[in-house]
Amino acid sequence: MTAVIKTSALRKDFTVWHKTGRLRRQRRVVSAVDGVDLTVTEGELLGYIGPNGAGKSTTLKMMTGILSPSGGQVSVCGLTPVPQRTTLALRIGVVFGQRSQLWWDLPLSESFSLLRHVYRVPAADHAARLRRCRELLDLDAFLATPVRQLSLGQRMRGELTAALLHGPKVLFLDEPTIGLDVLSKQAVRGFLAELDARGDTTVVLTTHDLADIEKLCRRLVVIDHGRVVHDGTVAQLHAAYRSRRRVVVDLDAPWPADLVLPGASVERVEADGLRVTIALEDTTAGELLGRLAGSVALRDLSVREPEIDDVIARLYAGR
Amino acid sequence: MVEPYLRLLVAQVRGQTQYRASFVVELVFSTLMTALDVVTVFVIFSVNDRLGGFGGTEVLMIVGIAAFGFPAADLVVGNVERLRVYVRTGLLDAVLVRPLSALGQLVAMDFSVRRAGRVVQGTALYVVALVVAPVVWSPGAVVLVVLAPLSATVFFGAIFVVGATVAFWWIESGEIANAFTYGGRDFTSYPMTVFSGLFRRVFAYGLGFAFVAYLPALALLGRSDPIGAPDWLRWCSPLVALFAAGVAALFWRTGIRHYRSTGS
Ligand SMILES: Nc1ncnc2c1ncn2[C@@H]1O[C@H](COP(=O)(O)OP(=O)(O)OP(=O)(O)O)[C@@H](O)[C@H]1O
Ligand SMILES: [Mg+2]
Repeated sequence: MTAVIKTSALRKDFTVWHKTGRLRRQRRVVSAVDGVDLTVTEGELLGYIGPNGAGKSTTLKMMTGILSPSGGQVSVCGLTPVPQRTTLALRIGVVFGQRSQLWWDLPLSESFSLLRHVYRVPAADHAARLRRCRELLDLDAFLATPVRQLSLGQRMRGELTAALLHGPKVLFLDEPTIGLDVLSKQAVRGFLAELDARGDTTVVLTTHDLADIEKLCRRLVVIDHGRVVHDGTVAQLHAAYRSRRRVVVDLDAPWPADLVLPGASVERVEADGLRVTIALEDTTAGELLGRLAGSVALRDLSVREPEIDDVIARLYAGR
Repeated sequence: MVEPYLRLLVAQVRGQTQYRASFVVELVFSTLMTALDVVTVFVIFSVNDRLGGFGGTEVLMIVGIAAFGFPAADLVVGNVERLRVYVRTGLLDAVLVRPLSALGQLVAMDFSVRRAGRVVQGTALYVVALVVAPVVWSPGAVVLVVLAPLSATVFFGAIFVVGATVAFWWIESGEIANAFTYGGRDFTSYPMTVFSGLFRRVFAYGLGFAFVAYLPALALLGRSDPIGAPDWLRWCSPLVALFAAGVAALFWRTGIRHYRSTGS
């Protein structure tokens, strides 16, 4: 497996000035990215997450040649992004959820044909890729609409298409599902899953919607304050943060407050003591059930797998 | 090579003409203003016939070169002043992820046909100046007649670019760069003899503004510089223009590396 993206001790400092008086200003250095080591191999779909201001977008901007690093190294497709920016641009696709790559006043279809000339794509390749995107992303209904009149979800599908028409090796997505409704999110996710299954495009995905991560990414990199705090699978993250499965029980009589459950802890008591959520720590659901059956009047029960939101929330909160 | 840029340019013009009414109004308005400008220049030179030791038609020669060079540069790269908007809003991100030169894209994406009117006006002025001014014709003069306005264009283009790059270091630079470019244009339209002292030394010869119109006009008119620049210097505008373009390229490259995008 060859490394498509490689960073070592990558950092970016921003100097910001604070007004402290009428004329006096104070200089402060923000380390947006503070020594990131990352290797992404060909065909991988990497989830790159972190709380607001963690440095995700800044990392992506250094990888795409927008920002010069303050220190460390970065190489993408074997190129150094800033000095080799225009060569690199032919091999990567970029979607910034907050910002459009399309031409505001042109119909979507014209933006696409313009991109064919900008990237010098052979007409046949362009047509084939466009056809695929039109099918998978349902573009036909708004291909003739000027970009400024598109809804956010429609535009985002257009952006994804625009980023892929030149057949990039690497796709950088910065919050591509931000502000989308359930259906549009599903469309985007389905599209990315299909792209991933084909295996020839490496994808770096930044998002705050953890469902994106759960549905799409095997590997997850979490950064905070510009540093990598987790790099591994979602399961490894659960293990590292000792995520707990939960058992929710519905009762016929209120929960006896003095009940002791070894290896488990009561998290929540609701509905006047008739619904109780128990987190499993050092025991199994079976053992817990055995204990409960003898001491309370069970009506119903369900077992909940640990949620990625919980573990991420704990990860962010415990920093 | 240039094809993608031309496509961007055409797309931009098409986008512009979508707002047809305002486009037509602006075009009519700017043509009227241009016509008015030409009339003003002729009125000034028929009343005020000597300026800094030069006759009216000789001054017209200087004005003619600058009057072509500035709007031509403005037409080609003038919209690079929009860079500060791109830098402040972070829109430059989208420009930088495309496989084209950033400067080339900015120029093509904000190209404005309306500015062509002033180039026509400048050309007219220059042609009139060549006819009425006492030009001393020689093979060198013929070459310079073509090269002088082009060099002026390149020089002003360089000024536009350098001025725009200020935005990379100083985001709230506002109209500072404009003061410099438009000030430069007015400065070059006069014989350098009307200025004096350190001001003249710095701007005319130090920063090279004398090479835009004044010195090549002297060469065409067969006059030596009353201020004392050696005669061969009058023919050096093309070299100075190339040098200025090199400096501008350096500023641009350094500036791009200082681009910091925006936080969101
Ligand atoms: N152009 C800039 N100038 C100054 N500071 C900046 C700039 N861009 C980012 N920062 C700072 O760098 C840090 C990281 O920002 P970045 O945009 O990379 O975060 P992020 O992880 O993408 O956050 P979010 O999830 O909110 O998009 C923040 O503290 C931010 O304020
Ligand atoms: Mg971000």
